[in-house]
Amino acid sequence: MSEERVGVYVCHCGSNIASVVNVEDVAVWAKEELADQGVVVARDYKFMCSSLGQELIQDDIKEHGLTRVVVAACSPHLHEKTFRTACNRAGLNPFLCEMVSVREQVSWVHTDKELATNKAKAMIAGGVERVVHHQPLEPLHVPINPATLVVGGGIAGIQAALEIADSGFPVYLVEREPTIGGHMAQFDKTFPTLDCAACILTPKMVDAGAHPNITLLTWSEVERVDGFVGNFTVTVRKKARYVREDVCTGCGICIEKCPVKVLDQNFEAGLGYRKAVYRPFPQAVPKYPVIDTENCTYFKRGKCKACQIFCPTQPNSIDFEQKDQFIQIQVGNIILATGYDLFDPRRIPQYGYGRLANVFTSLEFERLCNAAGPTNGDIVLRDGVTKPKSVGIIHCVGSRDRRYNNYCSGICCMQSLKFAHLVKERTGADVYNFYIDMRTAYKDYDEFYQKVLEEGVHFVRGRVAEVTDAARKPGEEGKLIIQVEDTFIGKQRRIPVDMVILSAALQPRADANEVAQKFGIACSTKGWFIEKHPKLDPVATMTEGIYVAGCAQGPKDIPSTVAQGAAAAARVLGRIQMQELALEPIRASVIEEKCSGCRICNDMCPFNAIIFHEDRMVTEINPALCQGCGTCVAACPSNAITGTQFSTEQIMAQIEGLLMFNVEGELIREMAYA
Amino acid sequence: MAEKQFEPLIIGFTCNWCSYRAADLAGMSRAKYPPNIRLIRLMCSGRMDPEFALKALRSGADGVIITGCHPGECHYLEQNYKALRRYLLLRRTLKQFGIEPERVRLIWASAAEGARLAQELTKAVEEIRALGPLSWHNVVAADGDRPLELQHLEEVAA
Amino acid sequence: MSDKPKLAMYWASSCGGCEIATLNIHEHILDVDAVFDIAFFPCIADFKIKDVQGYPDGYIDVCLFNGAIRTSENEEMAHLLRQKSKVLVAFGSCAYEGCIPALSNLTTREATLNTVYLDNPTIDNPNRIFPQPVTEVPEGTLFLPVFYHTVKSLDQVVKVDYTIPGCPPEPHQIWAVLQAVVTALTQGVPLPPSGVVGASNVAVCEECPRQRNVKKIKRFYRPYEVVPDPDICLLEQGLMCLGIATRGGCGALCPQVGMGCRGCYGAVPGVEDQGAKMVTAIASVMDVGKPGELDEVKLEQEIEAIFDTIPDPAGTFYRFSMAHSILRRTRVNGYDRG
Repeated sequence: MSEERVGVYVCHCGSNIASVVNVEDVAVWAKEELADQGVVVARDYKFMCSSLGQELIQDDIKEHGLTRVVVAACSPHLHEKTFRTACNRAGLNPFLCEMVSVREQVSWVHTDKELATNKAKAMIAGGVERVVHHQPLEPLHVPINPATLVVGGGIAGIQAALEIADSGFPVYLVEREPTIGGHMAQFDKTFPTLDCAACILTPKMVDAGAHPNITLLTWSEVERVDGFVGNFTVTVRKKARYVREDVCTGCGICIEKCPVKVLDQNFEAGLGYRKAVYRPFPQAVPKYPVIDTENCTYFKRGKCKACQIFCPTQPNSIDFEQKDQFIQIQVGNIILATGYDLFDPRRIPQYGYGRLANVFTSLEFERLCNAAGPTNGDIVLRDGVTKPKSVGIIHCVGSRDRRYNNYCSGICCMQSLKFAHLVKERTGADVYNFYIDMRTAYKDYDEFYQKVLEEGVHFVRGRVAEVTDAARKPGEEGKLIIQVEDTFIGKQRRIPVDMVILSAALQPRADANEVAQKFGIACSTKGWFIEKHPKLDPVATMTEGIYVAGCAQGPKDIPSTVAQGAAAAARVLGRIQMQELALEPIRASVIEEKCSGCRICNDMCPFNAIIFHEDRMVTEINPALCQGCGTCVAACPSNAITGTQFSTEQIMAQIEGLLMFNVEGELIREMAYA
Repeated sequence: MAEKQFEPLIIGFTCNWCSYRAADLAGMSRAKYPPNIRLIRLMCSGRMDPEFALKALRSGADGVIITGCHPGECHYLEQNYKALRRYLLLRRTLKQFGIEPERVRLIWASAAEGARLAQELTKAVEEIRALGPLSWHNVVAADGDRPLELQHLEEVAA
Repeated sequence: MSDKPKLAMYWASSCGGCEIATLNIHEHILDVDAVFDIAFFPCIADFKIKDVQGYPDGYIDVCLFNGAIRTSENEEMAHLLRQKSKVLVAFGSCAYEGCIPALSNLTTREATLNTVYLDNPTIDNPNRIFPQPVTEVPEGTLFLPVFYHTVKSLDQVVKVDYTIPGCPPEPHQIWAVLQAVVTALTQGVPLPPSGVVGASNVAVCEECPRQRNVKKIKRFYRPYEVVPDPDICLLEQGLMCLGIATRGGCGALCPQVGMGCRGCYGAVPGVEDQGAKMVTAIASVMDVGKPGELDEVKLEQEIEAIFDTIPDPAGTFYRFSMAHSILRRTRVNGYDRG
């Protein structure tokens, strides 16, 4: 017979639970049959999480002197905090409350009402048995280092860095390319207002580069992350630039004098050239160039040094001996804004990209119509001179396609409309958009669609089957023929055009999984970083102190990216202002008098929380480093390590409770031998 | 009427970050699986103590399912590798206790794999159902001893 | 008999080592004799069951009961001695947790009897004669104890007051316990709370002088395969040692002489299942496969290959504690153990 006084609360969740589980019966049963386990009150209520539901619990705690509470409702991931807080308000330690997920684990997944009700009862019995072994816990307080690391210098990272820096706190902005700016720096115009990307981005880049609170680490990558929220130690590899940042003035003479021309696959998307010593574009921040050792004549053959010879600075800025540097920085919070990769349309061979010269990717087209791009903004065919008379724009290339990515990349419709408008405006060509569904949600987007419609752009609803140069009919010779079913008229059509633009999908970075692992955050099987809650906590991650922003979390347009960057910064600023953070007290600890010093546990902790004292021959756990996984608890052959909130006693008791009766509801506990 | 089919009772252990969330997702997406499974939340599959499995089997469970994040996706970086090793050694040991490997299973499920988790749980229920009841209390009671023994004691006493 | 306290020692299913260990307290045996009257001790003096049955209930002050409950006679004697004793001590590993006899819980009664009466190379039993509990002969009915299917510990059939672990218990520990009892009986000091006595509360490692490091084990070796380094933890050298999961008190005698601890003092206090603890601890420190190194199939294969170097995990990890383990025995008529 338990000495605790337990209250059991069964939620109907409207009809979400009550339509499958006989909640009234469960409550009555709990009061009667779990009295020996300590249950003194059991109630069912329409919405336990409502303020009235919470008050019900609070009143009972006071009136009935409850010492433990079990709430059978939704997943603890949704409302554990709600009910813990309610308990706390009534003077009960929040950790003396246990949630049983009878919605996600019973009513939403089972159909047989009787069996579902049995299961709900068993789960409540498990919760009651468990909760009597709970201990009151107090949160652990850790100080927050006010510095922040932002990884990725695209618009999301820049926005986040500026927000934090403007508030007066130090930021390290790490970017693996030679310049910040990200994908947005490659774009020409931005939808729906058509302001030029460079005009709105470069001032921010300059701000970030010159900001006294921002330490810019470009051409750099994060190697290692140690520590925990408030106290991360991050090792950054600053790759050798071969250009001394302390003396280089960014005059660009080295670039001018470099004799090696390299096809720029990166920034110019393969349409333009750069030198072996280069900066991706003139407004790059920082202004210092980088030597590309793969193509530099000196690095390949040991001679040339034109850049060094012509460098006007004293001392010379070119340093061929430069080595990668490893820098350690201390930060309290980290924002990951690592962006996306573009889907490679070569994976869809029937669209001809890479085989048919005049099939372009969306990024190529951005460079093509960019005034600072390889053609100075002239929209021309691959030959560099011919203006297209007709252009086909294919949406959903690699998106909404079971063979590649099921998801909608979100930006392609608007991007394709923007392309259509630009082509029309600059060339007067006939433009055909091939789409599955037109998705123009958000402010001023649909208005832009209407405008493009009025401009006389053709829209064909249907997924393009093929782009081919094999002419079958007169008028098709020398053209790219787009074969498509026009689903509005229910007919196959062949539309000859001069140029095809593929609106390619946004994909997770190829190394997203590696990055997620490095920072200890969760990543979907695809490779998008997983936020703490898709709606209610969209920029935090499961790992305290690590936030995500921009396309690293999922495909999105510039306004949403900027919003997320700012949101992540706001979260971090909130944390910094707190100065100290209360961590969940789910921690392991060693009972020293039980520890034999066998050292089985010593290699169990990836967070280095386990320390062995040679002098006393016992092990100790650093509670601030412990993340509460319990692996050392389970490893200890002496049960000398205990884990709060997931102790062996709690789990064993829960197992017993869950096995009170079988699937059909017959008591089986009595059968068990002692 | 057909004879009622055997309903196995299975205890499942989930990790807080992946598989428990997969179970949440299964719920949110209304993926169905049989009610024969009762889940326990641990912080990590690395918390899975083989004693928990033994306790469940002794106390009436017909099977035990251990779940966690996929290898390489552990929230605590690599603790599921330890869970995997413990599971494999436990399974070997249990084989010597006459417990079929199918009764003690390991399922990796990411937080995104609600539907897959539901499928795997369904499969586990059906396969354990096919094995029949475990009823460990009967195993320990060692059928056949008691009556003879009592008879003997009675006669000695007489 | 005098009015000295009465001492009994009885062996159920055991090897007799516990009695030898008791006599190994050397000259202290004289102190025992000085304090106690021996009421029942078949190993050293001639007593009959009838004598015990004749005692009033609680007549024996202390009964040291060694041996597991393997037959109906063992159980019968356990009940009898419980009834006649004030203090019943489960003495040694067999009475405490089944010990070596309980390893037969990993097989069936039939298999055990077959091995002993039929399949053994030195057995000649053409008529396949097995001991029968009840046999009718012209002179009347003969009884033999029933050979149980499952070996049990003493506390699974009667209430036990104290337990002295060990196979056998160490003489200095036996003497320490007897001394405590003698002091209690002669000076009116209260007895210690019931439970395990004559042992430490911490695992064997604490008493082991070998040097220990962070453990990473690549594989296991049988004792004949390697000559162990004399100073380093045996487990780290790949020699199976249950010291990590075994209650101390023995002084780490086996590891000190290069033999891994077999686990005879049973689980550490607070642990229910010594074998499960060995499974988790050993598996935890196997040095194989880091994230991203191997694909899942290959990883599993490599782990299995390491575990192949532990030929009999259940027999190794539960060598002494089978009867007291969570599962207690193997399943019959179930899965073919192959």
